[in-house]
Amino acid sequence: MAPSAERILEVRDLVKHFPLSQGIILKRQIGAIKAVDGVSFDLHRGETLGVVGESGCGKSTLAKLLMALERPTSGEVKINGVDMAKAHGGELKRMRRNIQMVMQDPYTSLNPRMTVGDIVGEPFEIHSDVAPKGDRRRKVQELLEVVGLNPEHINRYPHQFSGGQRQRIGIARGLALQPEVIICDEPVSALDVSIQAQVMNLLERLQNEFNLAYIFIAHDLSVVRHISDRVAVMYLGKIVELGKDVAIYEQPAHPYTQALLSAVPVPDPEGREQRERIILQGDPPSPADPPSGCRFRTRCWKAQDICAQQEPPLEIRAGGHLSACHFAEEHDVIHAVTEA
Amino acid sequence: MNNPSVDTHPLSDEVGQEPLLAVDNLHVEFVTRQGLVKAVNGVSYTVNAGESLAVLGESGSGKSVTAQAIMGILDMPPARIPKGEIRFRGTDMLKLSDQARSQIRGQRIAMIFQDALSALNPVFTVGWQISEMFRVHRGMSKRDGMKKAVELMDRVRIPAARQRVNDYPHQFSGGMRQRIMIAMSIALDPEVLIADEPTTALDVTVQAQIMELLAELQRESNMGLILITHDLGVVADVADKIAVMYGGRIVENAPVHDLYKNPGHPYSKGLLDSIPRVDQKGQELYAIKGLPPNLLDMPSGCAFHPRCPYGRPNCVTDVPPLYEISGTRGSACHYYREVLDGTIG
Repeated sequence: MAPSAERILEVRDLVKHFPLSQGIILKRQIGAIKAVDGVSFDLHRGETLGVVGESGCGKSTLAKLLMALERPTSGEVKINGVDMAKAHGGELKRMRRNIQMVMQDPYTSLNPRMTVGDIVGEPFEIHSDVAPKGDRRRKVQELLEVVGLNPEHINRYPHQFSGGQRQRIGIARGLALQPEVIICDEPVSALDVSIQAQVMNLLERLQNEFNLAYIFIAHDLSVVRHISDRVAVMYLGKIVELGKDVAIYEQPAHPYTQALLSAVPVPDPEGREQRERIILQGDPPSPADPPSGCRFRTRCWKAQDICAQQEPPLEIRAGGHLSACHFAEEHDVIHAVTEA
Repeated sequence: MNNPSVDTHPLSDEVGQEPLLAVDNLHVEFVTRQGLVKAVNGVSYTVNAGESLAVLGESGSGKSVTAQAIMGILDMPPARIPKGEIRFRGTDMLKLSDQARSQIRGQRIAMIFQDALSALNPVFTVGWQISEMFRVHRGMSKRDGMKKAVELMDRVRIPAARQRVNDYPHQFSGGMRQRIMIAMSIALDPEVLIADEPTTALDVTVQAQIMELLAELQRESNMGLILITHDLGVVADVADKIAVMYGGRIVENAPVHDLYKNPGHPYSKGLLDSIPRVDQKGQELYAIKGLPPNLLDMPSGCAFHPRCPYGRPNCVTDVPPLYEISGTRGSACHYYREVLDGTIG
């Protein structure tokens, strides 16, 4: 099903700072880790938004904010038009039902002492209105069948399953409350290569079947491209580029996106000597003390004085999509070859 | 000078040139309470000076165990090596005394591990750990060792090496820690470097830096490199030749260009087909069905047959040998000709 125009999730200027304090008795705040620092985007019904970026760029904090596991410092997250930060009690509980998560590591995200039936059925304990008590076992078996597991294995424990099967259990748990949005935080990166494709296919099938919207967080750019309708590139707590998958992959305008794309090894040895490569120097700066102006300027080869003084806003620039660079310029790095 | 075209076939002795490192029909077993786990079942490969061999496989395929056997860092027991040879410059290392072995380990064959944070000792400074190589193997003083450590940190391009030599591992980022691991491994100018998933724990931009550094160090000192990985992209970027492992065996070995152009084993073909490609967007990805084999209960015949789209009756009964396709290429599939021609399926 194609994504519709209906906005299911609206994120506006979302900020999360974690305070850094010093002193044991008299705690003084000496600074803040700016994990997410002004992020805005929309998510439409049935759409997949890919989020890519390096570790420490704030992808996982963003996921926690959307799940209402962390309270934002400022900004808002609206689900179906209602601001989550203002909701409390029963209302918050109902909103949380609508947005569920699939975790990265299927080995640690399932309780080893619970049976699969208990794990997948646990959401019903909290939201008992979704499935009445007598009906739960049948519901859980249905869910196991939907994700391609044998419903008769309901009494088994997680260690009796392989990594790919465990990830399916995690997905079944995410589906239990019939959410409209599922946040997938690196759902295939812990799996073997031959199993990744199976889980990707399952996620796509479920999206079509239940008209789910996905926020798909991953570092594997080819996987993100395959599943996403739009892609957001994050760097140090900010979105630096956002657009349709074709725009991001074929007309990237931000230097960081270009560097990221050119750093990904291409699974084809043909012409590898001629392939253009942008190798960034150094590591990303600390989010406790981000550079002034544009945060990428310390590693950017295009940086000028203006980059240190003025922060480039995320607006429509070269390539016709949103990017945040003073010198945004389309450049297809995937197909580029160096002239030698 | 070694001839880089010497093939990976076990019969390469007949060519008259002994490769730098040759693993020949290696078997490794683990005795466990659940039974005998045959992790490596007759693996053979060779590496020459200046050559990069990629060993590709999933978890449990035996790729890391083979590397640990080469290094001699397997815990024996529970592990044992019932059969096989690991020849370094013609000498079978499995027949050497422990003392002779430790002369080779670390000095002439070195290894980089996947997770640099757990491979480094958290209570010693990185300078101390790098200089340990010189103190133990070269009998240098602490002061000289530290001087060497700074030089090495410069060589792997750690900024401000002189100031950072007394820092502890936790004070470095993931990429910098991996550079420290690389500095330790190249400290004594080894002839063979084994890199076990050196970039798996790193971000892509850092991964590109580390792979570039490894390639450069290899060029400078003409090392043989064994790169163990599950990432088909990394292999395509750096390797000269590739050995694909499945269920403790090599199922295909080939020069890297040949394998990507036309894989000769259904498993390598399946792996290449399951990479998401641009023109397949929105379509279902090709997925190899089923699960990797359980090493305690290996399938009969070809270990891949329960997952193979081409499986024939004799695949269930006969273990395929590594058929020779050409001088430099082999495939352990009864129907490799049909797989290569695309006339099966």
